Amino acid sequence: MEALALPAALGLVAGGGAGLSPEHRAALGASLPLVQRDYRFERVWFWGCIQGVRGAYYIAEGLGPDRAAPRSRLYSLNCLDWSLLTPATKEVLALAEQVKGRFQGDPSFEYNLAEINAEAAERLVQSGKEPVMKEEARLIATIEEIDRAVGIIPRGAFVKTPLGSVHENRHFEGLSLAEAKKLSSYFHFTEPVNLKNKTLLEKADLDPSTDFLDSLEHDIPQGSWSIQLEKGGTVVLLRSLLWLGLTFYHVPMTKQFGYIYFGNGEKNLDLPFML
Amino acid sequence: EGGHGPYQPHEPGYGLDQPGYSPYEDEIPDPQARMLAIKNAKAYLLKTSTKSGLNLYDHFANILTKILDEQPTNTVDIIENISKDVKWAQFRKKMDTLRDEPLISPTFEAAEKCKALFIKEGGEEDREDVEEEMGQPALPNVMETAFYFEQAGIGLSKDESYYIFLAFKNLIKTQPIQTCRFWGKILGLEMNYIIAEVQLREGEEQEETGEEGDETIVEGQKEMGEAEEEDEQKEKEPEPPKSTYKPPPEIPKEANGTGTNKYVYFVCNEPGKPWMKLPPVTPAQIVCARQIKKFFTGRLDAPVVSFPPFPGNEANYLRAQIARISAGTHVSPTGFYQFPEDEEEEEGADTYEENPEFEPPPVAEMVESLATWAHHVKGILKQGRCVWINPAQKSEENEDEDEEEEEEEEDEQQEERGPPLLTLISEDEGMKNIPAWTAQASTDLIPEYSVAILQSNRWPGAYAFASGRKFENIYFGWGHKYSPEYHTPALPPPAEAEFPSGPGITEAVDPTVEEEMAFKAAQEEALAEDEEEEDEEGEDD
Repeated sequence: MEALALPAALGLVAGGGAGLSPEHRAALGASLPLVQRDYRFERVWFWGCIQGVRGAYYIAEGLGPDRAAPRSRLYSLNCLDWSLLTPATKEVLALAEQVKGRFQGDPSFEYNLAEINAEAAERLVQSGKEPVMKEEARLIATIEEIDRAVGIIPRGAFVKTPLGSVHENRHFEGLSLAEAKKLSSYFHFTEPVNLKNKTLLEKADLDPSTDFLDSLEHDIPQGSWSIQLEKGGTVVLLRSLLWLGLTFYHVPMTKQFGYIYFGNGEKNLDLPFML
Repeated sequence: EGGHGPYQPHEPGYGLDQPGYSPYEDEIPDPQARMLAIKNAKAYLLKTSTKSGLNLYDHFANILTKILDEQPTNTVDIIENISKDVKWAQFRKKMDTLRDEPLISPTFEAAEKCKALFIKEGGEEDREDVEEEMGQPALPNVMETAFYFEQAGIGLSKDESYYIFLAFKNLIKTQPIQTCRFWGKILGLEMNYIIAEVQLREGEEQEETGEEGDETIVEGQKEMGEAEEEDEQKEKEPEPPKSTYKPPPEIPKEANGTGTNKYVYFVCNEPGKPWMKLPPVTPAQIVCARQIKKFFTGRLDAPVVSFPPFPGNEANYLRAQIARISAGTHVSPTGFYQFPEDEEEEEGADTYEENPEFEPPPVAEMVESLATWAHHVKGILKQGRCVWINPAQKSEENEDEDEEEEEEEEDEQQEERGPPLLTLISEDEGMKNIPAWTAQASTDLIPEYSVAILQSNRWPGAYAFASGRKFENIYFGWGHKYSPEYHTPALPPPAEAEFPSGPGITEAVDPTVEEEMAFKAAQEEALAEDEEEEDEEGEDD
């Protein structure tokens, strides 16, 4: 969620019981603007917090002029000192998917690859490196996966210009209450996968400036989102059941929206049994 | 003016129709007369028609209003139609026979409910009476607890906490409650649950409507019933073999006030909605809940579709999970509670009392060592109860169920022993390389005022805090246990062997023709021998 909207937004997502302590909130209020200045980001989003066994990682994302470009991610252990994370590569993503268990809370903790994936371990040994995977790499991969799978925005909030870059839509006044209850009003904020599979008839109804992303309707498995209206409809909360801990909030008929992750950083692969 | 057309330059009167050149120009028009003329014109326009009761002035005003509002294209061409429409609209009845119901937006409904929470009912005298009766205030200080948890970043928004506070006040007014506590919040797919842990005043507990039917109806039981009926009838036909399956005896639930049913739980979906009481939990439900993992929907009467089939609906599943979470994660600083001295310390000791001489250790120590925390809720055994019971004893009493004494055939169940009541949490096993608990101080920057926070790794979402003499447990989460392996649902049991083996049904190879002939021959020989013997005996007599 937008760093500037953090205080109000944290109150709205607190329904899940997870939040930030006053100390961390105050620290974020001081450190995120500095991050924006130092890295020259146009926008800074507070992404959330991954709980490890011994400590927690606080993650922030910085966006440049094209909001759909790959975002830079930073992490901190105390909400004050932020370190930039390298972008995720495919090999790291593939490896991290096989690592199971909680995060330890120590970025230099090493996972023994030999247990996880013997081939990758061998390859690393052959190229002269140790067959380990650092927790930092796992962190990078997890954040990327979560963003790709469940990072969402309401329809119409972002607009694609004819040149291809994506900006916030200044005319976005919020979804109406009826629209807010439907899954089709929310889009994944990543490269669309299903868009080209739509039939020509469906594509004719789309507005290319706002409908350039995948909607949540066809997410597999069906029912992996829980939509709740709190306070009789003043806030609509979407909670992902695939990555437990991701909460998206939107106040209908206003411009406020955002998502945040408070959780373990583990995918809920038991989802089909739990529905 | 100038109704005679433009004058040509040679004609007299040329130029007289231009303003300023008229023959009467030198006469200054009387403003009064002009005003009078206007008034007369307006009065004429306002004259109401004798036929329809309309007047031209208003009609023109309506037409122009309509045109300016709607701004149709080519207005001048359709002006007559517009006029007709306006006249028509005068006579349309504005009221339908069916009145439109004002759409009550759910936002406003919810706001009404929340507002209702704030109403202070009853006079001052009522409150004083109530306070005299009870020594301790039963209302938990939800805001204070919320403050301490907020130091760690755990908890709901202040508004929601306050609504919950008021909802508790309502609960105490309507139910006979001795002590109560905010247990936590469990999230569901459609709605969430806010849970209150309550001890009812003694003697006020109502009897449960006896619905404890065997939920786990197994086919064996049905067959047994059928076999009984057949026994009663005279056996004319050879009856089918009876099933030897006996369902395991139902383990009785613990009495209200002890073990897993020590507290009564009330839930509501949102503060402002009515509180509903959860039924007591049975061991069968706990055993089944350990094997399934399902999301809560938010409706207490929703069925729980799972394998093994859960004996109950969502209310029972919720109650079972609450029992498991309480047993696994409710902790207090070591020494806060102690066993009462007059009672012998048995392993089955269920009661504890506050220790008046408890000295709270400093926060740093509480964070460093897990031995400073202890469970104050008894763990649940594999059987599903806190106190083990031998199911074999029960079957002696139920003679209607058993026809024969089958005690010898039952497996001897091992008596289960769980950890005693006030065990330290440092003895909790971790999973793989993850300890069962994570302890942290709420802040490193201001150690004087920091609070010790404990997070459970076995039940993510269970937290406890301790600060001086104050401590509290709470749960915010989806209600599931953490398991490092993926959830594998139980496999269906192996198919039952249908019939006991016996000579009547065991297959044997049919005898061949030669064997039959040989057998027949042998029989005839044996018959012949017998006859000879009888003849001989007969002759002897």
